[in-house]
This record gives sequence, C-alpha cells and structure tokens, in this order.
Amino acid sequence: MTAIIAFLNAAIGQAIVILFGATGEILTEKSGNLNLGIPGIMYMGGISGLMGAFFYENASDSPNGVIGMLVSLLCALVVSALGGLLYCFLTVTLRANQNVVGLALTTFGVGFGNFFGGSISKLAGGVGQISVRTTAEVYRAPVPGLSGIPVIGEVLFSHGFMTYLGLLIAVIVTYVIKHTRKGLHLIAVGEDPSTADTAGISVTRYKYVATVTGATIAGLGGLYFVMEYLNGTWTNGSFGDRGWLAIAVVILALWKPTNAIWGSLLFGGLFVLDIYLPGLTRATKELVRVFPYIVTILVLIITSKRNKPENQPPESLGRAFFREER
Amino acid sequence: MADDLILECKNITKYFGGVCANDGVNLSLKRGEILSVLGENGSGKTTLMNILSGIYFPDEGEVLIKGKPVTIRSPQDAFALGIGMVHQHFKLIKIMTAAENIILGMEGEARLHMAKVEEDVRRVVSEYGFDLDPKAKIYNMSVSQKQTVEIVKVLYRGAEILILDEPTAVLTPQETEKLFDVMRNMKAAGKSVIIITHKLNEVLEISDRVAVLRKGRYIGTVETKDATVESLTEMMVGEKVDLDFGRKEPVSPAARIACKDLTVLSPDGRNALSDISFTANGGEILGIAGISGNGQKELLEAMAGLQPSEHGTVVYYPPEGGEEVLTGKDVNEIRRLGVILSFVPEDRLGMGLVGAMGISDNIALRTYRSGKSFFTNRKIPQQLAGSIVERLEVVTPGLGTPVRRLSGGNVQKVLVGREIMAQPTVLMVAYPVRGLDINSSYTIYHLLNEQKANGAAVICVGEDLDVLIGLCDRILVLAGGRVSGIVDARKVTKEEIGLLMTGVTGTPETPAEEPA
Repeated sequence: MTAIIAFLNAAIGQAIVILFGATGEILTEKSGNLNLGIPGIMYMGGISGLMGAFFYENASDSPNGVIGMLVSLLCALVVSALGGLLYCFLTVTLRANQNVVGLALTTFGVGFGNFFGGSISKLAGGVGQISVRTTAEVYRAPVPGLSGIPVIGEVLFSHGFMTYLGLLIAVIVTYVIKHTRKGLHLIAVGEDPSTADTAGISVTRYKYVATVTGATIAGLGGLYFVMEYLNGTWTNGSFGDRGWLAIAVVILALWKPTNAIWGSLLFGGLFVLDIYLPGLTRATKELVRVFPYIVTILVLIITSKRNKPENQPPESLGRAFFREER
Repeated sequence: MADDLILECKNITKYFGGVCANDGVNLSLKRGEILSVLGENGSGKTTLMNILSGIYFPDEGEVLIKGKPVTIRSPQDAFALGIGMVHQHFKLIKIMTAAENIILGMEGEARLHMAKVEEDVRRVVSEYGFDLDPKAKIYNMSVSQKQTVEIVKVLYRGAEILILDEPTAVLTPQETEKLFDVMRNMKAAGKSVIIITHKLNEVLEISDRVAVLRKGRYIGTVETKDATVESLTEMMVGEKVDLDFGRKEPVSPAARIACKDLTVLSPDGRNALSDISFTANGGEILGIAGISGNGQKELLEAMAGLQPSEHGTVVYYPPEGGEEVLTGKDVNEIRRLGVILSFVPEDRLGMGLVGAMGISDNIALRTYRSGKSFFTNRKIPQQLAGSIVERLEVVTPGLGTPVRRLSGGNVQKVLVGREIMAQPTVLMVAYPVRGLDINSSYTIYHLLNEQKANGAAVICVGEDLDVLIGLCDRILVLAGGRVSGIVDARKVTKEEIGLLMTGVTGTPETPAEEPA
C-alpha cells in the first residue's frame, strides 16, 4: 500500500511538470505556432525562478518564504514570457521557420539553464550546494487539513499549490478554447489565418497572446520541477526530456488540455515505473525506462491514423501567415 | 428616382502598379434589385467588387451609400455599411459548424451562447428559404451548402447589399435554380444583390439590370428585358462574335480508345474512380461533365499513364487496326502511340509548362527526345513555336519570352497548341478555356473541331455545360468517381446532365447510341 501511494505521488510529481508544458504548448499550437522551444522555455522558467529565490534568500537576513515564492514566481513568469516573445518575434513578425526557431530556442534554453545553474552553484559554494529551502517549503506545503486524510489525503492533497494550479489552468484553458468568443477566434487563427483575417480577427495579436501565455504556462512547469520536485535545488541536466514528453502529450491529448491531465499522468507514471516495480534487474530497469518513448511512438502511429477532422492538428500549424497582397 | 438608389460608384479608378484595373467606372444599384456585373476575365469586375467590400481602396472616385459619400477601408467598414460579399473561394473554417462560422469575428459577449446563435441562424434560414443545418460541420458539406453558409453569414450580419462573386461556377443546374430562388426571396425582402458572372444565360434569367465592363472600363448598364445574348456579348467583347461552335457530324467514327472497369485509388485509399467503362471514338468529341473533383483528373491521368490503376484496362485501337493495352505502359510509350493529355490546371503553369522558359523551350520539352544527336535540336521547336504563335495569334514579345509573363489566354494557347502539334490520335484536354476571353475560347473550340475532323478522338473535360452541349458529340457524366451516364449532346438538356452530375443514375431519356 505504501509503495502504491509512493508510486502515485511520484507519478503525479512527474505528471504536473509535463502537464504545464503540454497545456502551454496546446494553447500555443491552437494559434498555429508549433513552438518546439517549449523544453527550453521550461528550463528557463525553472532556473530563473530558482535564481530569484536564491538571490532573495541570500540578500535577506531572515528570508520570508512567501516573499521568496512571489519573487521566484515573478522571475519565472517574466523570463518564460520573454522566451515566448522572442519566438513570436522571429516566427510571426519576421516569419522565420518555426521548427528551426523552436529547436534553437530549446538549445538556447537548456544552455541558459545549465550556465546559470552552474554559476549560482559556484556562488553557493559548489555543485549541489544551492538550496532555497525557505521558499521551497512554501511551494511544498500540502493542503492543510485535507492532507491528513489517510490514503486519499496522502495521494490527492499532499502536494503543493502548483499541482492544483496546473490542473486549474488546464481546465481554464480548455474552457476558454471551447466556450468563449476569444477561443473561437483563436481556433480560426490556427486553422486558417487568412479566413480569420477576412473576418476581422487580428491574426498577429492572437498568435502573440496565445504563444506568450503558452510559454509562461510552460515556464511554470520548470518552476514546479525546481521548487516542488527538486525541493529548491538544482543539478545540471536533471530536467531531462520532460519538455519533449510534454510535446508528445499534446498529440496524445488531441489538443485538449483536460485530456492532457490523463496523458501527463500516464507519462508521469511510466517515467518513474522502474523505481517502483519490484523485482527488476539492472537490465530490465533500463527496458522499463524506455516505456515513455515507446508509448510516444505508438501514440504518433495511432494518432496519424485517426480521421476525425476535429482531432487533427490545427491546419495552419507550423506555417507563417502572409497576408495576401492588397 | 434618385432616392431609391442604395449604392452608387462614381468614376472609380484603380491601378495595380502600372496596370489599370478599373478606369472611371460608374455603377448604380437600386433597393430591391438584382444587378448583374458582366465582363470577361480581366475586365475588372472582381476588382470593383473588392473595392466595395473594402479589400482594395480606390485610387480615384467615390462610393455613395444612400446618397452619402462613404470611405470603405476594410471589410469591417463594408459590413458596417451593410455591404456583404460572398467570395468565389469560400472563407470558412472547416472544423467549425455553420453557426460558428457565421458569428466568427463578430463582437459580443465573451462567453458563447451557441444555442441562441443557432436559433437566430435558423430564423434567417427559414426567412429566405435556404436549406441549412446550423449545427452541421463545414467539412461534411457540399460546395453548395458551403456557399449557403457564406450567404447566410452575410445576411445574419444585416447586410443590405449582397455581392456574389461567380456564385454559380461551382453549382449544378439544380443548385443554381435553388440559389436563384433564394435570390428572388432576398429581392422581395428589399435587399439588393449584385451578381458577378460571365454566364449570359444566367444574367438573362435572374437579373433586373446588367452593367457591363470591358478591359477595366465601364461600357454601360442595360435593362435585362431589352438585352439578348448577342447584344450582351457585343457589349462585353466590343465587337460582334460568332457564337456558333461549328459542330459537324462525326465522319465515320471508329472506336479509338476504351476503358474497361477502370478503378483508380486516391492517395487516401478511397476509390477516386470506380469501374469506369466507356469508348471514345476517332472523329468525335467526347465531353466529360461533372462537379469538379468527381474523378475527372484521375480519369485523364490514368488514361495517359500518369496514375496507376487498381484494376481494369485501357485499350487503344490504332487507326491502322489492331489493339494495344495501355494499362501498365509508361507515359512515354503511351505518348508515342499518339495518346496525348493536355491538362490545364487551375494555376495553368503548375503542370505542363515551365514558367521561366520561353515558348520554344517549352515546346522542346516534348520534342527533345526525337533527335538522334547527343545534343538537343533547337531548330525544330523554334519552327514549331513560330507556327503556333502565328496560327493561334499568341501575343508575345518573342519566342524566348518566359511564358510566365504571357497573359492567361496566351499561355493556354501555347499549352494546347503544343499538344496539337504532335498530331495526336487521342487528345485529352481538361478545362481548355478556363479563364479565357470569348474570342480565345472560340479559337480553342475551333482547334478541337479541327482535331476531330482530322480523325482524332477528342476527350474534353469541361465546366460550362452550355459549352459541352454545344461542342461535343457525346457527353460522359461523372459523379462520385462513377459514370452516371453517357448521353447524346445533340439531344440532352442541361437539367438532365445536372441530375446525372448529382449521381442520380438510371436510364437517361436520350441514351446515346454506341457506334460500333
């Protein structure tokens, strides 16, 4: 029983990172932008949140966890928004190739994270020495009261507030896309920008707003990873492939953030399965670790076969919009 | 008199670069009337309408709505003034429902209340006698239903003036009738409708007045009741045109090429053609009618060896006797037998001609194989190019001018001319007069008649049923990739073909006799 609870909690811990990334990417892709820079933006969000908290805690004699949380949140939001803005400027305003810009942004973001991660490690006195425990404690505080319920409380309510924020954002984004006028216009922009343009919708504005908002949501995933999952520490490279899994979940979720909740849980579970599956040898452990990637490939194969037009990617995804000559 | 004018254009002039698309055009529209704007391709009709709907801004002249001068800078301005345009290419989001498309881009409450919108749409639909389910998805709709969505969209937004750009180009005769009924309802409700078209019969049937443009200039407006096909053509072209297709009885037709149970798959694995069987005779023009995308392209390409067929055979009967099975042969072998495809795609240059090369080089694309020498013979194509230019009156600065720079009609003459030069025994043409003016169209028709007189089997895929009925000897109708009928063009009516186009199979009233 304890093993199962531990497994579920670990799976949720992995899933929330992926969920933030997937929700952000879905919102972005709905506007027709295929932002492959999301993994990099998640790195950037994580490291900048950590740096904000680190410098605040170092500067203050008796750091307050709530202020640390607000500082790190703000830093993560601003930096990941800047990442999204850079992507938009290059692909929407300058009409650069989306794939190239996205991959470059990811490469940049990973480097950005590792560079600053290394730098502040040095300031903190060595590798693995960074710790913003005061701030991280606020992030990790479980739901008061409810987390005391045996089993249910341990699985559902023992997480920090960002877990519930991630779920809430996924639900809100789904609602906005499906039930509001802005959502309808956003779908139109992603499907057929020239039609949206004729209907008087500002394609550029929708692409910018959706992509920058999407980037900030994804950046929160990086912040969650650093603060709640790593408990306010940093190790270069520990973030791994989670950003790419988030992009795979977008396809699995058929571009619906509420589906992404289940998709992220599946991927999160598979990601940590090797630790909790008893009786695994070293070799079989490695095999189990491959599962998320096998599922990704299977998902891509299965989804490429489905025929319902609503479940296809937004039609203009990956293409720059040129307004016809007037 | 003047107070019932809802829209006036005065002296509208619009240049694109150095080219004048509209030159001092005047137009007036009364409340509750249907006005046809008639003109050949390139006469400036669409430019004028785009000015009214806010896509272009005129360089000179003014637009008056209900007597007041207005400035229209964007489609939104036009909407605000009650002008709604239905474009030839629909602006619809495929994965959305009709109702969602109708409200797309409109301001309003942040939360969507689709049930209410759907109810409002239903009210507009029943008011004008449309046939439309607001909940239906666009990707499930036929072309005519999509057009209905576009028209309802304009009406829903309260347009007083509707501009329809070539609305019947994509419709069957039955759907056209339905559209005309709706237009009459709109007129009865006090709306004004401008219909852009180049089909004279429709102009005479539906409109109250006709405004004619020629080469960007305004020629005049006449009452439809005083007009005839001949008088309108004269206004459009500027001279008397002989509208006779010059069809002659086929001379000793003999089977030349035949398809037996031909089935072709489309890239997504469905049947693009199912069990097509027919015979085309030498000395005869066989028309192929059908709503576009019902297998016309696949049929011609399969016969020319450009598409593999799933099963079935194509058999060629050479004039000197015997028979050859074409299925499985490659394109060049088929060409050498004299089976030649001249396909005029929508963008004309996409398939068949290389835009950056001159006329003679484009002709060399066909002739370069014939020479024995290692080097390409440039003399033959040069001579051929010269004779094409001369015979078909191609307007070009020189044989080396890139064909991309020629006008559409001239490009088409080069394309068709090149294929005819090869003295085909089977000539397949698709949309040979697409985008051509009347004079050029008739040049092409006469070329096809000439090939027929020479004993070639001519297969012609066409869009305009009036033309097919006037030009061809027999007409094969395709619907959903099947042959829904082969009829005698001399006896069939447009309505009968229209029914066959919608896939209503059965014995047509005038079955064509299959000559032995």
